[in-house]
Amino acid sequence: MAGDPTGTGGPERLDRRWLFLVMGLLVFFPLLFPIGLPIEPTRPSRQFAEAIAGLPDGARVLMSCDYDPSGKPELVPMTKTALRQLWRKHCTVIVTVLWPGGAGLVDQTIEETANELRARGVSLVDGTDYVNLGYKAGNEAVMVLMGQGIKNAFPEDQHRRATRTLPILHDVGNYSSFTMLVNISGGYPGTKEWVQQVNSRFHLPMVSGCTAVSAPEYFPYLQSGQLRGLLGGMAGAAEYERLEGESGPATRGMDAQSLAHVFIALCIVMGNVVYWGRRRRGGA
Amino acid sequence: MNVSHDFGIWVGALLTLCVFSFLYKDNPFYKFAEHLFVGVSAGYYIVLNFWTVIWVNLIAPLSAAFGGHLAGGPLHVEQGDYRALLLFPALLGVLLFTRLFPRIDWLSRWSLALIIGVFAGLKTTGFAQGDLVAQVQASLQPLWIAGQPWASFNAILFTVGLIASLLFFFYSREHKGLLGGISRVGIAFLMISFGAGYGYTVMSRVSLLIGRFQYLLEDWLRFHG
Repeated sequence: MAGDPTGTGGPERLDRRWLFLVMGLLVFFPLLFPIGLPIEPTRPSRQFAEAIAGLPDGARVLMSCDYDPSGKPELVPMTKTALRQLWRKHCTVIVTVLWPGGAGLVDQTIEETANELRARGVSLVDGTDYVNLGYKAGNEAVMVLMGQGIKNAFPEDQHRRATRTLPILHDVGNYSSFTMLVNISGGYPGTKEWVQQVNSRFHLPMVSGCTAVSAPEYFPYLQSGQLRGLLGGMAGAAEYERLEGESGPATRGMDAQSLAHVFIALCIVMGNVVYWGRRRRGGA
Repeated sequence: MNVSHDFGIWVGALLTLCVFSFLYKDNPFYKFAEHLFVGVSAGYYIVLNFWTVIWVNLIAPLSAAFGGHLAGGPLHVEQGDYRALLLFPALLGVLLFTRLFPRIDWLSRWSLALIIGVFAGLKTTGFAQGDLVAQVQASLQPLWIAGQPWASFNAILFTVGLIASLLFFFYSREHKGLLGGISRVGIAFLMISFGAGYGYTVMSRVSLLIGRFQYLLEDWLRFHG
C-alpha cells in the first residue's frame, strides 16, 4: 500500500487505505464479539417512547415511513420498535410511504414485525389492525391532499386493495381521525415537511425518528414543542430499543458505532497535530 | 455458522463485496455493480411510477369515468372523484414532453408554471406556519425560571447564542468593536453547531457500514454473535 498523494514526507505519506482497513476492522469485530458498551437513553428518546406510551389504548395512529433502503440500518430498527410499542397498546396503525424506493422495504418491515408478534400469540389482521397504503408521489402535495381525505389520496393500498373496502379505514376521514403522527424520516420529504404542512396546520401531535444526518435540523422542532419526541439515527434507535427492553440490530451496532467515532476523533486530532507540525516547520 | 441458501441474499452479499472492493482501487467488479445498480434503479422507478402514479391516479379513474358504469356520467364531479376533469392534468403532463421539440417547447411552460406555483405556495405557507412563526415564538422564553437554575442557564445560553449568531449575519456594518466581539461569539456558537452536525453525519455514514456488515454477517453468513 505505497503511495504519497501529497508528495510530502512523514505521516502525510500514510495511504488512506490503511484508514479504511482500520475503520473496517473496528466496525467488523464488535459485531462478531460484542463489547456491551453502556447505552443511556437521552431525553429526546425518552420523550418519543413516553409520547407513544401516553396514547390511549386502541388509538388510531398515522405512521409515515419516508425512507428507502439507504436508511435501513438506522430507520428500520426504530420502525419495528415503534410498531411493537403501538401494537402492544392495541393501536391501529395506518402506514404511508412518500419515498418511491421505500414501498417494498416498508411493507417487508411491517410484515416481519407483525409475523413476529403473531408468533407470540398477538392477533393482528392486515386491513383491520393495520394497513400499508404504500407509496404516493407528490411529496407535500400528498400531505395536503390527505388533509382532504385519506381515502381520496390513497384509492388503493400497497396490495392493490380498494381503501374504501378496508375495515380499518371505514370511519377514517382526514387528519382529525388520528391521535398521533409517527414519522420515520430519511430526509426529503420527511419530518420537516410533515411539521410544516400537517403539524402546524392540522395540529396533529407528532413524533419523529430520523437519520442522524438530519437530526440537528429537527432539534429546534423538539425544543419548540412541535415534535413530542425525536430519535436521531442509530444511537436514537438503540436508546429506544433499550427503553422498550429490546436488544435489536441498533443495539448490536452501537459498539461498532462508538469505536468508529473514537477512531475518527483520533484521526481528526492526529490530522491537526500533523498540520501544526508542518506549520511550525514552515511547510503549510 | 450456517450460510444462507437464499439466492437473493447471495446476490446482495456478492454485490456488496463488489462495491467494497472500490476501497482498494477501481476495478471491473465495482464497475459491474455500479452499472447494474443504475440500470435496475432506472427500471424499478419507471415501473413503480407507472403503477403507483399514472395508473392509479389517471388511467384507472379515466377508464372508470368513461366506462359508463358510474352514476352521473363522466362529467359528474365531486371532491376526490374528478372523472373527466382528469383530462386537464393529463394534458398538462403531455405538454411537458413538448420540451423534446424545440418549435413547440414553449407549451411546456404552462405545466412548469403550475408546478412551480403550487410548490412555491405550499412551501411558503408551510415555512411561515411551521418554521418562522413557531420558531420565533419558541425563541421568546423567560431568562429566569425561579427554582430551576439549570433551565435558566439554558435559556440565557440559548438567547446569547441566538442573538450572537443572528448578528454575525449582519453585514451592513463592518465587524469591529462591539459588533465584532459579538460576531466572534456567534462564530463560536456556529462552529459548535457545525461540529454537532459533523458528528451526526459521521454516525449516519458509519451506520451504513454497520448495516452492510450486519447483512453480510447475519443475513448471509448467519452468524449471530
